[in-house]
Amino acid sequence: MRNQFLTRVTVAAIATCVATAVALVTAQTGGYRAPRGPDGKPNLNGIWQAINSANYDIEAHSAAPSPVLELGASGAVPAGLGVVEGGTLPYTPEALKKRNENRANRLKLDPEVKCYLPGVPRATYMPFPFQIIQSQKHIMLIHEYAGAVRTIYMADQTEAPADSWMGWSNGRWEGESLVVDTKGFNDSSWFDRSGNFHSDALHVVERITARSADTLNYEVTVEDPKVFTRPWKMSMPLYRRVEPNAQILEFRCVEFVEDLLYGHLKKPPSQ
Amino acid sequence: MRIRATTIFRVFASFVLFATFVVFVSAQAPSYKVPRTPDGQPDLQGFWSNATYTPLERPDNVSKEFYTPAEAAAVEKAAASRETEQTEPGTTADVHYDFTQFGLDRSQATLARTLRTSLIVDPKNGKLPPITPEGKKILAARAEEAKKLGGRWDSAQANQLDDRCLIMAGSGPPMMDAAYNSNYHIVQAPGYVMILTEMIHDARIIPLDSRPQPSANVRQWVGLSRGHWEGDTLVVETTNFNGKNPFRGSTEHMKVIERLRRVADDTIEYNFTVDDKSMWERAWSAEAVMRKTTGPLFEHACHEGNYGLYNTLVGARLEEQKAAEGAAKKDSK
Repeated sequence: MRNQFLTRVTVAAIATCVATAVALVTAQTGGYRAPRGPDGKPNLNGIWQAINSANYDIEAHSAAPSPVLELGASGAVPAGLGVVEGGTLPYTPEALKKRNENRANRLKLDPEVKCYLPGVPRATYMPFPFQIIQSQKHIMLIHEYAGAVRTIYMADQTEAPADSWMGWSNGRWEGESLVVDTKGFNDSSWFDRSGNFHSDALHVVERITARSADTLNYEVTVEDPKVFTRPWKMSMPLYRRVEPNAQILEFRCVEFVEDLLYGHLKKPPSQ
Repeated sequence: MRIRATTIFRVFASFVLFATFVVFVSAQAPSYKVPRTPDGQPDLQGFWSNATYTPLERPDNVSKEFYTPAEAAAVEKAAASRETEQTEPGTTADVHYDFTQFGLDRSQATLARTLRTSLIVDPKNGKLPPITPEGKKILAARAEEAKKLGGRWDSAQANQLDDRCLIMAGSGPPMMDAAYNSNYHIVQAPGYVMILTEMIHDARIIPLDSRPQPSANVRQWVGLSRGHWEGDTLVVETTNFNGKNPFRGSTEHMKVIERLRRVADDTIEYNFTVDDKSMWERAWSAEAVMRKTTGPLFEHACHEGNYGLYNTLVGARLEEQKAAEGAAKKDSK
């Protein structure tokens, strides 16, 4: 009798544990379990791309005309429902003022216009693919835009040795998710073309989780006490470029902006 | 007694220098077994340097293929002191950089030493093959184009590719000593080998699935690479160059075949063949090494911090303005 009771309790307890574990995994991935790589870790290798208008504005926004007259409809801004949890970024009043100034002077100030490195997380949702090269000690994120590169240290982790555009990333596996903790940013990159910005106190935690064979969940927590009153989150799916010949091509845009940046310094033609 | 001690020290020092060379350039240990990645590829991963004092072409006054360790050490010493001489305090060169302070010479680099007198092994004379008549025309046309751009400080475009932060010698292919930061990070995933060059963060992703070459309309500064394994050797074939970064004169028709084979825990043999019949009468080959170095690679945000290009252009325009003002004053007198 007693044994039977104990067995029932044990079975119930195990069932609860399993259910909890499943629920946890399900919450992360909708129940999807990624195929494993040869090292037993979820296999996130592939060429991925965001399909949304976050690079125009991570907050919700209406369609808008092109800031460059000659580009007409081809340079216009598509509308977007926003990728920021809660809809609005929690700027301090001074920071909001600066964001609005950035926005008004976007063509002069947006680092993307100058072909500067995109920073994080913007690199992930620019309208260009990026490739995950997943190894054991290092996971590389290679972006087509400006050839931007991130090295995620899975081993030999250290603090950022210096501030940089793409930051210093240390990663770890949490069940189905690759969690990437990035600090050591400079204050020069933006979140989008709408002037949303950060300081050198930026701290980004990204959680990348497979949600099906060809999609990932990309969830980001952003912390920057010099600019925001509290941490905030954004999330979006990323899609696999499934073309059999998909590959990261060269977008070496430095050459494309030389006349924009240095054209006014050309030697005037002699009379 | 004193003299004897000095002599012993000298002999000992020379021995250490020779020993270093013998150790660094020794060929593959026949017993070396290349480690494997979890998916079974020969493992080339890690941080590597190809910094070297060995020139691509054999110097005119040298006729043999290999130096003795003593000669190689002497050549290295002479080259190293030439580099540090640039930092003589008070000289013009010193105003620009203190080469040794920042390791911009090779004094702080992991040297990929070799006893070779040139990296080129074919042709046997260690020199590039003769240029074809078509090649001579191409070179002349390029010189004409360059003339149209005027002097180096007339525009950004008239400047060197590295000063414009467009591309550096290390990116290749073929990957060459980049003068400084000749560092690489190799990372492998199933189906891919990725080689990151520290200079201007150039990452080359080499697919290993024997996919066909893309359309000839897609042309890149670094070409497009396809790779496969032949035993323990990674063979990479690259075409589709845009021809705007000529390697010793090469054109957009260049084909580069690189062969990377790990021959010791700290050494990758790096051999390559360049075939460009528009420029050279025949294909030519070189043999170099990559030596294991310590990471990490740092972000080389060259373009973002390119104050040098901006400032030199501003300076040139100011000089012209000053000269024009001076001439106007003279006229009005």
